[in-house]
Amino acid sequence: MRAGLSRVFAVTLGAPTMSRRTRFSAWKLITHGLNPSPWPKVWEHHDLASAYDVVIVGGGVHGLATAYYLARNHGITDVAVVEKSYIGSGGSGRNTAIVRSNYLTVEGSRFYDRSIKLYERLASDLNFNVMFEQRGHMTLAHNDSSLRTMRWRAEVNKLEGIDSAVISPDEVKRLAPFLDTSDRPRYPIVGALWHPPGGIVRHDAVVWGYARAAASLGVHIHQETELTGIDVGSGRIVGAGTSRGPISTSTVINCTAGWSSLVSAMAGVTLPITTRPLQAAVTEPVKHFLHPVIVSGSLHTYVSQTARGELVFGASVDPFASYATRGSLEFTTGLAGHILELMPAVANLRLLRQWAGLCDMTPDYGPIIGPTEVEGFYVDVGWGTYGFKAGPVAGESVAAMIASGKPGDLISPFGLDRFEKGTLTAEKGAAAVGH
Amino acid sequence: MLVIICPNCGPRNDNEFSFGGEVIPRPSVDSDPATWRRYLYMRTNTSGWQRERWFHVSGCRRFLDIERHNVTNEIRMVAEMGRDSG
Repeated sequence: MRAGLSRVFAVTLGAPTMSRRTRFSAWKLITHGLNPSPWPKVWEHHDLASAYDVVIVGGGVHGLATAYYLARNHGITDVAVVEKSYIGSGGSGRNTAIVRSNYLTVEGSRFYDRSIKLYERLASDLNFNVMFEQRGHMTLAHNDSSLRTMRWRAEVNKLEGIDSAVISPDEVKRLAPFLDTSDRPRYPIVGALWHPPGGIVRHDAVVWGYARAAASLGVHIHQETELTGIDVGSGRIVGAGTSRGPISTSTVINCTAGWSSLVSAMAGVTLPITTRPLQAAVTEPVKHFLHPVIVSGSLHTYVSQTARGELVFGASVDPFASYATRGSLEFTTGLAGHILELMPAVANLRLLRQWAGLCDMTPDYGPIIGPTEVEGFYVDVGWGTYGFKAGPVAGESVAAMIASGKPGDLISPFGLDRFEKGTLTAEKGAAAVGH
Repeated sequence: MLVIICPNCGPRNDNEFSFGGEVIPRPSVDSDPATWRRYLYMRTNTSGWQRERWFHVSGCRRFLDIERHNVTNEIRMVAEMGRDSG
């Protein structure tokens, strides 16, 4: 009995404590509903300390997930996340919230499969409802060559134990009755790659959930704190300057997506990245009619229906590089034309809004995770158009790399040195639409 | 949407052009592979004024050098490749 109790104590003390935050539950909702006081703050505001063990630049899914896994899995809690705006203000709040793991390469499939596994239990891990709905992910083929690539992808996926298969137009019609599977369209549907574990997540909830969980483990989240410089002394990181004062640190992690070239330049590191905007749009909410996520590479678009009933559309990146996050008329008209090819029935739906997010495109459509030539300066960048779905696994892998000092097996193919060695990944065909 | 004033064709919509990325000096032919790979892959990717190469696909089919501010999309110089003073 005594031994049992001490074991319980050891477990309780050994696990990171979450005493500083309210635990959300149905019971809490009921009791709090009867209590007129406001909900407690989800995380505390901190003054900027003069030194941190780890400084993470960028308060998006990647930065916050890295902070959370550093604290939870490795006990590294002296961590600051510096974000120049509010958390989730960049790509994390602008993506189309799609999650999948049916990639073309073995490295890619393995990596994103781990991400899906983490997403599946994220709500209970973070004690925050991230609204992950595994509705299935359907990539349409409009010609024989894309059908051939899909067979290839499905076989690679199956070898990795990922649920992925090529299906016929009849099955497409059964799963998504509003799609036009006749031979009327200019690009008729000849089949599809069907990936049941794929789906959509509430992207803001992922950001908030990670922030709340990381903060309760002792991580400092500094919003409206812009990085102004990175101090390098004899080839290693010695500190970082911010708009709220200097920080002395030995480790800086760059998780700034579209802005990653600018942050890396502060440390004197050049990246093979070009920043391009990607536009997305959302319609007015309507009754639920579209269950799976639909993707068409030939038509440069993907669409899903949110829990609120809005249709969310995304496209490929804009035709030229830019740091501007504004929309264009070409995008809207092109999108409307393509969507009507797929689903003529939505002709009368109105677009509510459109926006753009910045994508850090790499030459081989693979991310760049790992150390750089400056000791203590790590990058988790190059996520292009697929960063959100990788957030949890990138955070977990980067945290493990910081704790152990070397990249693990999942991320070792994605090092920055691959461009110098010429060992590029080949993910272009399956990473995004319309290239 | 951009309007690019082509030195040969006049003001044209950007969808007539294809974007070739930032202008990077080409290494000499006897450079080592590492230098060539840096030339192939590494980019400044600056935020602000940038010198870029464009190709007027649906027009004069000439390569152009353009100086464009990649936040505001303002264009301050268009010239045929290698023909401007800059």
